[in-house]
Amino acid sequence: MITETSETILSVKDLTANVDNTPILKGMNLEIKAGEIHAIMGPNGSGKSTFSKVLAGHPDYEVTGGEVTYLGQNLLELDPEERARSGVFLAFQYPLEIPGVSNLDFLRVAYNSKRKHAGLEELDAFDFDDLVEQKLEIVKMDASFLNRSVNEGFSGGEKKRNEILQMAVLEPKLAILDETDSGLDIDALRIVANGVNQLSTPDNAMLIITHYQRLLEYIVPDYVHVMANGRIIRTGGKELALELEERGYDWVLEAEAVAS
Amino acid sequence: MSIQVSPANLEFSKPVSSAAQARAAYLTKLLHLAQSTVAETSELQALRDHAALRVQEQTFPSTRDEEWRFTDLSDLLAVELAAAERSAVTPDAIARFVLPDTARLVFVNGFYAPELSDLGTFPARLTVGNLSSASDQQLQTYLGQQSGAEEVFTALNTAGLSDAGFVFAAKNLVVDRPIHLLFVSTASQPVLIQPRCLVVAEPNSSLTVIEDHISLGESVYFTNSVAEIWLADNAQITHTRIQRDSQSAFHIGKTAVSQARSSRYTCTAVSFGARLSRHNLNIYQTGEQTETALNGLTVLKGEQVGDTHSSIALSKPYGTSRQVHKCIIDDRAHGIFNGKVFVPKAAQLTDAGQLNRTLLLSPKARVDTKPQLEIVADNVKCTHGATVGQLETDELFYLQSRGIDASSARKLLVYAFAYEILSQIPLESLRQSLTSQL
Repeated sequence: MITETSETILSVKDLTANVDNTPILKGMNLEIKAGEIHAIMGPNGSGKSTFSKVLAGHPDYEVTGGEVTYLGQNLLELDPEERARSGVFLAFQYPLEIPGVSNLDFLRVAYNSKRKHAGLEELDAFDFDDLVEQKLEIVKMDASFLNRSVNEGFSGGEKKRNEILQMAVLEPKLAILDETDSGLDIDALRIVANGVNQLSTPDNAMLIITHYQRLLEYIVPDYVHVMANGRIIRTGGKELALELEERGYDWVLEAEAVAS
Repeated sequence: MSIQVSPANLEFSKPVSSAAQARAAYLTKLLHLAQSTVAETSELQALRDHAALRVQEQTFPSTRDEEWRFTDLSDLLAVELAAAERSAVTPDAIARFVLPDTARLVFVNGFYAPELSDLGTFPARLTVGNLSSASDQQLQTYLGQQSGAEEVFTALNTAGLSDAGFVFAAKNLVVDRPIHLLFVSTASQPVLIQPRCLVVAEPNSSLTVIEDHISLGESVYFTNSVAEIWLADNAQITHTRIQRDSQSAFHIGKTAVSQARSSRYTCTAVSFGARLSRHNLNIYQTGEQTETALNGLTVLKGEQVGDTHSSIALSKPYGTSRQVHKCIIDDRAHGIFNGKVFVPKAAQLTDAGQLNRTLLLSPKARVDTKPQLEIVADNVKCTHGATVGQLETDELFYLQSRGIDASSARKLLVYAFAYEILSQIPLESLRQSLTSQL
């Protein structure tokens, strides 16, 4: 339930950013409140993925102007690990394989780094096992996945489900899903979407970056934004996604060109 | 050695450079040191004399020799070495290197230390001990008989040979308990230490051997080790070789392996120590359908130089070899890998794969890598590859985005890179202690 009094989680004002000295973000504006699900759509090269990486703090992306406020603090001042510990989570389009590090150990290290940051005691292996077991159900993953090396030998779908499992364990305040639906078969897509829906609460927010409308049949957004040329050029409700699916992006781009 | 030049051709002979003279003098000195430690009368005298002649015929290598192009031994020439001596070492001093559930054979500065060894109880048809436990016939058949025995450092070791670790598994014997050959160096002054071992697996037998070179201090010394390994028909040896010498030491090590028909040999060689190290790993497949698996990991930092020169000689049909050698190089350290694979005409239907991967952790770190495949047979499968990379920003970012700080993320990625090799070590406790050294 979103109300006027809901807490503002993320506020982005006139954000500009470069990659290799090339401007990619050219004035992003976005406000996300607790309980909201936002979707950003747009053609290839519009800057969607760049936006997600800038929010998570990737060092190769240079912020050149604007402000990003997360829960009242300047997000851009924080290192990527500090952002993560403060509750920002990015589900990667291409998750990393880490041979020799078990999924369970990796989850525990990540989880405890967040607990420590919040001034809480670290969870021991036994208590953590119990916690993870409950979370496995959300992404329909078998417990045997926990003893395998992180993402090593996982199929594309398993890697994406593993990202959602990490998200379930870390319980982020702001979850950013970067093209999590790309390359997924329909069964994996349903599992991933179902997991995300279960994790959405009135206290957190989701930012879903996608190229396809298909995911939005399963995760219903409150707002749909269209990005082009480094900016949001149109914002609407969930019906905008359907319109984009039918008519493509050209009409939005043309309307934008006329308006400016 | 001295060079006799007659006055008649004196003006035409090439002048011997002072550097070459210094190398020749150093080799002569090494030979004298090696010979000074041997027992006076011994049935090994003929073998030693023969090896001494081989040493005298050769020169001490320089970077002008193709095989030593990247590995400069000049720093060793500056070290005034003495002969190794017996040294009393307490069990406490080696306690942290003791591996549970193994039979342990300890040598200190190349001398057998029965008081530190723990052989446990073994099946009667397994021999574990020093050379005194070997029969004359076993010595004649195997000791110093591997191909490549004439190579200068191997011959130097043999010229001073008076004892060695000895492991012999008789026909059909399967030994599950690993045998830990622990070569301890402890020296108060720079010395020449020449460890040696001989491992023989008779037909259908199976052995697990851990050859471990350790140091009890950070002193300067020169280890020149030789391991001779023989696998008879259908025998199996899993060999783990750890080089964790003093960071001030020089280490030149030879592993020579002869594999008869249908035998299976696996070597996992991990090198952390020494300011300069060289591992010469030579595999001779002598029968059909032999399998060789070589895993290597070299971890270097500071100004360390770490060199692995391997050669695999396939000779008969249906042989296979798999080699993965990894280097992790930090600071201004320098890694060298040279991997030779020979596939002669007779070695049809063989399959040889080689991969060398290097992770450079600093802009001044350096690696020289050279795969060298000589293939004459026409119906074979041979692959090789070499990659050199750094820790990727994207990889670090993934870990950081999960709350892991940059320094821990780096360590985790280095561990993940090394894991493919370290995971091949058959003992959990050894795996863990090596992992903690990363």
